[in-house]
Amino acid sequence: MVTASASDPKPVPTPDNVRVEDDDQPIATTAAELGPLYRQMLAIRRMEEASAKAYSQGKIGGFLHLIIGQEAVCVGATAALEKDDYVVATYREHGHAYAKGVSARAILAELYGKKTGCVKGLGGSMHIFDKATNFLGGYGIVGGHVPIAAGAAFASKYRDDKRVTLCFFGEGASTIGGFAEGLSLAALWKLPVVLICENNQYSMGTPVYRSLAVEDVSLRAVAHGMARDRFDGDDVVKVKQRIAEAVERARTTGEPTLVEVVTYRFRGHSMSDPGLYRTKDEVEEWKRRDPLNRSRARLLEVGMPEADIVALEDDVRAEIEDAVKFAEDSPAADEYKKYVIKEG
Amino acid sequence: MAVISYREALNQAMREEMERDANVFVMGEEVGHYNGAYKVTQGMLQRFSERRIIDAPIAEMGFAGIGVGAAMVGLRPIIEFMTFNFSLVAIDQIVNNAAKIYQMSAGQFHIPIVFRGPGGPAVQVGSQHSQSLESFYAHVPGLKVVMPSTAADAKGLLKTAIRDDNPVVFIEGETLYNSTWEVPDGDVLIPIGKGDIKRAGSDITLVAWSKMVWTCLDAAKELAKDGIECEVVDPRTLRPLDVDLIVESVTKTGRCVIVEIGWPVAGFGAEVAYQVQKHCLDALDAPIERVTSEDVPMPYAKNLEDEVQPQVHDVVAAVKRALYLEA
Ligand SMILES: Cc1ncc(C[n+]2csc(CCOP(=O)(O)OP(=O)(O)O)c2C)c(N)n1
Repeated sequence: MVTASASDPKPVPTPDNVRVEDDDQPIATTAAELGPLYRQMLAIRRMEEASAKAYSQGKIGGFLHLIIGQEAVCVGATAALEKDDYVVATYREHGHAYAKGVSARAILAELYGKKTGCVKGLGGSMHIFDKATNFLGGYGIVGGHVPIAAGAAFASKYRDDKRVTLCFFGEGASTIGGFAEGLSLAALWKLPVVLICENNQYSMGTPVYRSLAVEDVSLRAVAHGMARDRFDGDDVVKVKQRIAEAVERARTTGEPTLVEVVTYRFRGHSMSDPGLYRTKDEVEEWKRRDPLNRSRARLLEVGMPEADIVALEDDVRAEIEDAVKFAEDSPAADEYKKYVIKEG
Repeated sequence: MAVISYREALNQAMREEMERDANVFVMGEEVGHYNGAYKVTQGMLQRFSERRIIDAPIAEMGFAGIGVGAAMVGLRPIIEFMTFNFSLVAIDQIVNNAAKIYQMSAGQFHIPIVFRGPGGPAVQVGSQHSQSLESFYAHVPGLKVVMPSTAADAKGLLKTAIRDDNPVVFIEGETLYNSTWEVPDGDVLIPIGKGDIKRAGSDITLVAWSKMVWTCLDAAKELAKDGIECEVVDPRTLRPLDVDLIVESVTKTGRCVIVEIGWPVAGFGAEVAYQVQKHCLDALDAPIERVTSEDVPMPYAKNLEDEVQPQVHDVVAAVKRALYLEA
């Protein structure tokens, strides 16, 4: 077991130390299933890279939290949903929004602070909202959105509309009251919500062991009599299947589930974070398990011709290039008074 | 027209709106089986069942947030805080979510929600249960803040608040629940943002809301004995504020005393004073006076509690100062 130092004897969060499963067998799948998931993950990766570049050029401001390394979680989980279902996410939500159906154009234009952004330059990176795809937002107050997700699920129960809400948050959010209260009320009232903790091993610079006495976040479900699950998040098909079980539970019985997905972010917490609290080796070990590389290799295994994969990748490149150009060419945001109070 | 209590008026408003719109529900601690900590929801569980009158555990942040999420997707929650003191543990949901989502989503989602419950000092319950937090909420764009003083205002404004498409912070006077007033029958709505003259007078304008309206009416009665006629202006809603009505009154009287039960520093009365000086500078015959509570957490002992809060004699003294009369 690798430890940071004698004075910090806790195991560093390498894949060997924190992964849930020992065996690494890929899940049975087909090119028809995996192809679109790979495409989404790649588009998110390219979109995140494009925004990092634009940020370093000063074209995107504020905080920019990238999800590179974690793409399999939002893509796999969202793939388990129906169109009418809701998603509520954090400030690290570009990928979740894209996976739910928000276009790269609308997302990047928002990051650029343009009028054509999904919220007209009023929200920025942390506050993507899109009513058409039932993407109920990106929220900047850690844990404060968990009750909101429970509320959307409450409405589904109230109206018996059979929709399910997915709520994403980091393991760092599991220490705040909003999470605790959202979890406890979702359990008490049996709200059809799936609470998905993306445990990427760090809350900013704080490793799990320095914020949680019990490092298994999913165990919090036990105290509430709630279903739980915990698995590795680098196989997008596995994520889809396991979240689908929780979604099914919510849809048919109304019961919530707390799911912890073990993952890792390859970049710093935000653009300003050089990540000095962890070693290059640690990051490299995780990159060897890059969910995109795994999916690509798997696609070949399940019979997708290399040429088709390359065509898909070219298509993604064109999509993101177009989105960047769209964002660059769009007019500046120009409205800030209109959406304070709804008239009439 | 019937004379009913403030409590009954609020109960009627919620019942009528719940009969009218199946999307309206009430959620809060002890609102159902206990009939409300202050009995405002008396009998509503029997009428509307547990589906719509929802007893929540002690988790203000959680159920306030559930209300916001439910409102986002089309329901119209009434979230009751047992008292507004406890809204402080939910203030993140009110300020960071309810007040922001309409703007953050560029108008795609709006939040038709009412956060209601008693606020303002109660009687001998100490500092944590006796405070006026309206200035906190009135500070926040994206919220409306309503503070009715009478049963009629309570009913008409609560009905409007429930139909409003925005988050409304509806602060009831904790010591006003038993107060009575003539309340018009039927579906009478009072617009948010329109003040009311609670007493007409020509010598001086008193601006007050919630319980302080009653204190001002008592002070006006006493001053009338000396031939001083006070006009008592009740804005009823702090955000948006009916500046026009206040300005109209002060332009007529030339003098203004603002009376609030909250603390002096950054209290809402300071904003009223700013508006009055800005719009009525030429009409003013004397500096604007403010009467507030003392700048201290509320003490428990009755004598101290009374000393800390604005009393009729404090208002009378301020009026006399503004009229350059000997106290
Ligand atoms: C209530 C609150 N406190 C602090 C912050 C600052 N902050 C932003 S993200 C973050 C770390 C959150 O980590 P985690 O929940 O694990 O999610 P991750 O960023 O790893 O995706 C902190 C402390 C905040 N936004 N909100």
